[in-house]
Parts: sequence; structure tokens; C-alpha cells
Amino acid sequence: MIVVVAEQRGGKLNRATWETVVAAQQLSAFAGVRVGVLVPGAQASAAASEIAAADVQDVITLEHAALEPYTPDGFTAALQPAIAQLNATYVLMPHTYQTRDFAPKLAARMDRAIVTDVTAIKKAASDTAFVRPMFQGKLTADVVPQGPAPHFITFQIGAYRVDQAKKGASAARVRAITVEADASAIREKPEAPFQQAKQAVDLSQAERIVSVGRGIKEQANIAVAEKLAQALGAEIAASRPICDAGWLPMERQVGSSGQTVAPKLYLALGISGAIQHLVGMKGSSTVVAINKDPDAPIFEIADYGIVGDLFEIVPAIIEAVKG
Amino acid sequence: MKIAVCIKQVPTREWQPRLNDDKTWIREADASFEMNEPDAYALEEALRLKEKHGGDVVVCSAGPARVAQVIREALARGADRAIHVEDDGLASADAFVTSAALAAAMKDERFDLVLTGLQSDDQGFAQVGVILAEKLGLPHATIIMEVNVDGSSLRVKRELEGGWFQWVAMPLPAVLTIQSGINQLRYATLKGIMAAKKKEIRKAAAPAGASSKQKIVSLYVPEKGKKTQIIGGSPAEAAKELVRRLREEARVIQ
Repeated sequence: MIVVVAEQRGGKLNRATWETVVAAQQLSAFAGVRVGVLVPGAQASAAASEIAAADVQDVITLEHAALEPYTPDGFTAALQPAIAQLNATYVLMPHTYQTRDFAPKLAARMDRAIVTDVTAIKKAASDTAFVRPMFQGKLTADVVPQGPAPHFITFQIGAYRVDQAKKGASAARVRAITVEADASAIREKPEAPFQQAKQAVDLSQAERIVSVGRGIKEQANIAVAEKLAQALGAEIAASRPICDAGWLPMERQVGSSGQTVAPKLYLALGISGAIQHLVGMKGSSTVVAINKDPDAPIFEIADYGIVGDLFEIVPAIIEAVKG
Repeated sequence: MKIAVCIKQVPTREWQPRLNDDKTWIREADASFEMNEPDAYALEEALRLKEKHGGDVVVCSAGPARVAQVIREALARGADRAIHVEDDGLASADAFVTSAALAAAMKDERFDLVLTGLQSDDQGFAQVGVILAEKLGLPHATIIMEVNVDGSSLRVKRELEGGWFQWVAMPLPAVLTIQSGINQLRYATLKGIMAAKKKEIRKAAAPAGASSKQKIVSLYVPEKGKKTQIIGGSPAEAAKELVRRLREEARVIQ
């Protein structure tokens, strides 16, 4: 069975779980193996009934004291016997921060392969290959997991589209399983999640965004980008290194650790296009990239590109917009 | 406190990728290398913890002979000594092989705290720290933005998605993967560079029998998802043409 491990909090599934179901449906067609969705954690049945609408064979709930609250020790202890019990050939998960926290540990505990941040599945002659970015997106690799099943695969957020999910003619069967796990052996003691500062800036609602990356070189140059943003009626945003350096506040950060945006226009200045940034903005309708490196990955998702010195090009754009 | 920092040497950001003949790995001879940036933040955090609590910072790296460059750099920034698991096969190793190499060389050292970057800028698995924790039998937390040590216990701020955070406590020894931006990096001073020359680098052999759990069957330049219209000409011409297309084709500005 291909087992999708759902991610849910308080009975509410995250969107990335649905994306992973789409990947599982594709893998199922290649491998001729049925799909089951394992929903771990308290209130799993509410999340299970939502995902049962998908065209999958099985939805399995797993509730155990070791699963609440989330800890890597607890998830590893409870999921290992569950995966064994389900005879999984593949274990699929969204590449979320939670997955990143426990999945490598679980795979290591079971001594099985784990391929992370996958964006596509390729059927080769005898093997199924998983496509993933490497070298900050400059290269792409087709990777075949080695050794006995199950193989763990995590999928990049946004790589599969939720609206491609095949729904079943009727709801899939939901059943519960139980496992033995020692919740008292959990070493990590988590506290409740919190938001650091109130998000004064909601970039997700912006129609136009001018975003700056390392190519801006120094803090004083942010003003150049701000002038362009003003001329275009755009919000200013940045990739992670700019906010890490304190040149713009963290709340202006776009990417996996910041905000996810989908404006009509996303104008990327000196942003190379690392995956962590792209996942936060690739839903934008029109992407413009200005970068001195013609091979920068940002050009792979840009609609319009100008290769050159942004300090010459940006003032010229401001001029052209006004003129 | 005895702190280990695992660092990796990766191609520089300016490096233009070129592939080897069978197109399963890069042509290393053409690449220039530097310290993996997230690991530099892990090193800085270790140095700050040492300044606060005392102890030693030991740099651990698994890779071919060339990684001696980043080990020296870490020593110059203030690490006390280093362990280098040296093997040519480690250049393109997967996370299991790398973690096995590090774990074998580190286990007898009995570190109080092990720090790694959250992922590498080359293969980008985001796995080595977590698998290393499992192999060393230690608790862990990932994507950490603040580290507080109090006696034999640890409380760390873990970054979650979308601007959320969470504090997690656990006993020492433990493994943490450090998020970039947790601190401001220091650079090596001339004095540090001179001092580094006298610091110990213990060489260790890679353990036998660690086999790769994934195989790269093909490596290539990504196919473009969209057809990018590259606009040429002088900056003024390109800017004018871009604005025209944004107004008339894409209709996203007025």
C-alpha cells in the first residue's frame, strides 16, 4: 500500500496533505498499488472524513497519547508500528516543517530510504524516479531510492495542485488502528505555538509586489527598490537573507518561512530564486525577474526577464512608468 | 560545555553548474567551494554558547580532502579543534552515509550539544542533523531560532511555518538544526587565522558498510516551467519595453 501520512491539527487537515494525495494517486497509477491515508493525532476522525472524499482505497485513523502534542520522539514511536502494520511500500508526506522534524528520524529508525523535497514522479523502465531540486535549484536530479521498502518520499509544497485531486464515487472506508508505543519515553517537551509579532503587513492581499534579494548588495540600496514600489503602487518584500540581515522587517519576508503571496505582479530584483523563496511566490500571475546572472533559477518561473545591473535598470523602469 | 558543530563544504553561490561525463554529479574540478551558509550560523551559535557557558567547540566535517579549507576557516573563527572524516566518496554521499560517518567519529566524544545547519546548499536533504540524532540516540529539534542552556537542560525556539514559533524543552545532550539568521556572523581575524594553524584536526576514516539509500540516475539543468521572455537592449530600452508589456500584454500596471 502507498501510505500518505496526513498532517492535521485539531481535526483540520493542512492543504499540503491534499497535494500529497494527488502525488499518491499518480504514483498509484505508475506502481499499480492502492493508496491509504493515515491520519495521526487527536480528533483524527474529523480530518479522516474530509480526506475520505478523495479517490483512495483506505483512510486509517491513529490516535495515541504519543501523538499529542507533536514531538519527533512521539511520532517516530507511534508511526513506526503503524507503517509496519499497513505493509507500506511507499510512505508519502508533504515537505512541511513538521515532516522535516520527524521523517528522517523515522526513516533512520526503520533503516529505510527517504527522498525529500520531491517535485515530480517519473516512471522509468524498471524504476520509479523522484525528481528533486539540488544546488539551490540550479540543477534537478532524478533520484531512485535504494534498498527494501517502504521508501519515504516528501513532496515540495505547491508541487502538486489540490484541484487535480481525484474524488471517489463514494466516500472511502475509514477505519481505526491501534499501536503500542511508550509515550513516557518522549524527551522533547513542546510549548504552545505562538506568533511573534502581529502581522501588520498582509502581503497575501497585495496586487503588486516588488521583492528584493541579495543582489541589492547593501541596506542603503533598499531605497531604490522602494522608489520602484511606489511608482508601481506595489508593496515591498524580500527574500530571507535580506530580512535576516535586518534590512527589511521579517514581516516583509516571502518564502517557506515567511508569507505566501500570489499578486498580479511579482517583480524580483536580484533574487536568485532558491526553492525556499519560490514556494512562497510561484502562484503569482505575472513574474518579472531582473538579475545579472542569466542562469539564476528565478528565470525558470519568470514571464519577463531582464539580464543586467538592477541599479541601471530600476531607475530606467521608474522613468518609463512615469513617462 | 562540549559543543560539536557539523559543517559541510558546498559550491559557492556564484558557481555555474557543470556536469560530469555520465551526468550524475557535478564536475568538481570546475567548482569553487565555501562553507555551507546555514552551517556558518550553527558555528556562530556554538561560539556564542561557549562565550556564555565556557567549554569547547569542535568542528566536525565529513568529506574529501578539500573540506580542510572550511575546517580551517571554522578554526580561524574560534572553534577549538576539529574532526575530519576524510573519504572521497563523501563528496556526493546521501544523508545516511554522511550521518553514519559523522556518528562513528563523534560517538566517543560524548558531546553535550551538537549543532548543524538546517540543510545544505548542495543536495539540500535537510536530513543529516535529524538522522545523526537518531544514530547518536539523542533528542533533537529542527529549524531553531534561539538556544537557551540551563545546566543540563535546553530550551529552544523552533520556527514553524507562516510566522509561527514554539518553545521546546529537552534534556542535554541533544542535537539542534539551526536556522539561518539566528545570529549575526563573525568573520575570522588575522589573529584567529594564525591561531588556527596550531589547532588540532583529528582525521578519521569513514566507517565501512554504510551504503547509500538513494541513487542519482540523472542530473540536469531544470526544464523551464514557463517561457520567459528575455527583454534585451540598453537598460533604458529594456525598461521601456518591460513597462509596455506589463501594461499592454500582462495588464498588471496602469
